[in-house]
Amino acid sequence: MWATSAATLAYSSAKLRRDFDERVPPLMGVLGAFLFAAQMINFTIPGTGSSGHLAGGILLTILLGPHAAFLSIASVLVVQALFFADGGLLALGCNIFNMAFVPAFMVFPLFRRLAGNAPGRLRLNVAILAAALVALQLGAFAVVLETTCSGIATLPFASFLLMMQPIHLAIGVVEGLVTVAVLGLAQKARPDLLRGSLEGRFDLGGKRVLLAFLVAALLVGGGLSRYASVLPDGLEWAVGKLTGKTELEASSGVHAALGAVQNKTALLSGYQLPAPARKEPGPASEKATAAGSGTGVAGVVGAVLTLAVACFCPYLFRGRRRTKPEI
Amino acid sequence: MTSIEGALLDFKRLDRLAAGDTALHRLDPRAKVIVTFVFIVTVVSFGRYELSALVPFFLFPAILVGLGNLPAGYLARKVALLCPFALVIGLFNPLFDRAVALQLGPLAISAGWISCASIVVRAALTVGAAFVLLALTGFPAICSALERLGLPGMFVVQLHFLYRYIFVLGEEGGQASRALELRSFGAKRPSLATYGSLVGHLLLRTWLRAERVHRAMLARGFSGAFPTRTVGRFGMAEAAFVAGWTAFFLFLRLNNGAQLLGSLLTGHFS
Repeated sequence: MWATSAATLAYSSAKLRRDFDERVPPLMGVLGAFLFAAQMINFTIPGTGSSGHLAGGILLTILLGPHAAFLSIASVLVVQALFFADGGLLALGCNIFNMAFVPAFMVFPLFRRLAGNAPGRLRLNVAILAAALVALQLGAFAVVLETTCSGIATLPFASFLLMMQPIHLAIGVVEGLVTVAVLGLAQKARPDLLRGSLEGRFDLGGKRVLLAFLVAALLVGGGLSRYASVLPDGLEWAVGKLTGKTELEASSGVHAALGAVQNKTALLSGYQLPAPARKEPGPASEKATAAGSGTGVAGVVGAVLTLAVACFCPYLFRGRRRTKPEI
Repeated sequence: MTSIEGALLDFKRLDRLAAGDTALHRLDPRAKVIVTFVFIVTVVSFGRYELSALVPFFLFPAILVGLGNLPAGYLARKVALLCPFALVIGLFNPLFDRAVALQLGPLAISAGWISCASIVVRAALTVGAAFVLLALTGFPAICSALERLGLPGMFVVQLHFLYRYIFVLGEEGGQASRALELRSFGAKRPSLATYGSLVGHLLLRTWLRAERVHRAMLARGFSGAFPTRTVGRFGMAEAAFVAGWTAFFLFLRLNNGAQLLGSLLTGHFS
């Protein structure tokens, strides 16, 4: 995933440099910052009483065109990963793929086809809505696929898929509605903003490039990410996305659904805590477990000790630092 | 909804830590980026049931925090805030993976719990290392380091732009939402329609601002890249920093440090 995202980064950068529209870089940067600000403002999702915010992948893609939008969203993800640890550094490759590559390069052509050249208001809105829906479905599917490939979680593929897709259907509808509302207003005030993406100023470089990227993505996703995303955060963002994309807070219907799914899986597998082996503590069995637990105990003791040392470390060095000037 | 201003303040605080002036702050950013990268790769390369071998890796962020004179409590709190997320991910593991892996007296710990704990520890390690890197280096310096290590220039320009305007637009968004809050008589959050036009207006203003920024930059001779005074030099100190930590990580990867220490102690007592 890292490789795909990196390759797309390089490709988009090269492409933008080639047909360098000097108006674009500041626009990309400032719009990225806009996305940041917009994500901090929450709104009420009608019907559920929970709150959500804009994810904005599709919005930026429609405004900026695929290449610039890809870079812009990727940069937002980088900053979020570093400063807020949203998703973590290691999942960044996957994240960029799901939230930047998918809307910019896989969904945008669909949007173009749906919207046509000079769409009426209704057609444009329908196209935006559809694009948002498809983008989130594909993104959610990619999450499930990547998670399963990485093998870090033992959650079965099918039940995870069943959990993710309906949730993201709901999120996609909300995201689509918000995008329609924002773009509708923007278009009323500045009709020229949307013209660029509708009149085909952005040449996607043909289907071949897209196909090549897809193949590369599959190859890399199957091979490399097996290693690259055996990581804690590989799932952090899966769940982070679940809760974070259109941030659903407690008591929403979605959470209830999630809980139901969780209960179901638990029931199916007959969840219970592993019963401790209740043998009579005879000398023989003690000896047998002692061999097995010897390494375990050593590990636990050592771990606790090193942790203590690590916790003490900052103050140790700090202490020295402070006394130094006095000497 | 104090969250916007709060988040921005937190953001700025983390950012300001990079203005410190210790030996670690003065190291070339590239060295720190490389070491952090090696650290993360090493931590991630452990098997999913590994727990005790991961613990010694806490020494790396801890020592850097100490030497770099960073606020340990603040960073620890930031990392701790993220642990629930990691926990949620790992929570499924004890459900599906119930082979007994460790026997501590009458308590049997299943492999699922171990891998769950392993996920949390790894998340804490990688996130902690990233925060430490950020606090020691600062975002712009990290970007320049990445550029010199081969990240496309266009993307680096984009990162710089984004970083400069996050604060500006964050404040603008915060103002807009506070204004809305003051006028909405205790309603907690705006409806979809209000939100749409709020963000829409923010977008329009952003766009206008971008055009103004662009003209101002052109007037000052912007040519597509930020000219920077390159001060960093990859010298002996940087090489030693990279080599030392890499060797340390390799040692810990090949030997279970916690196990060694633990068996030394328990061996002594028995």
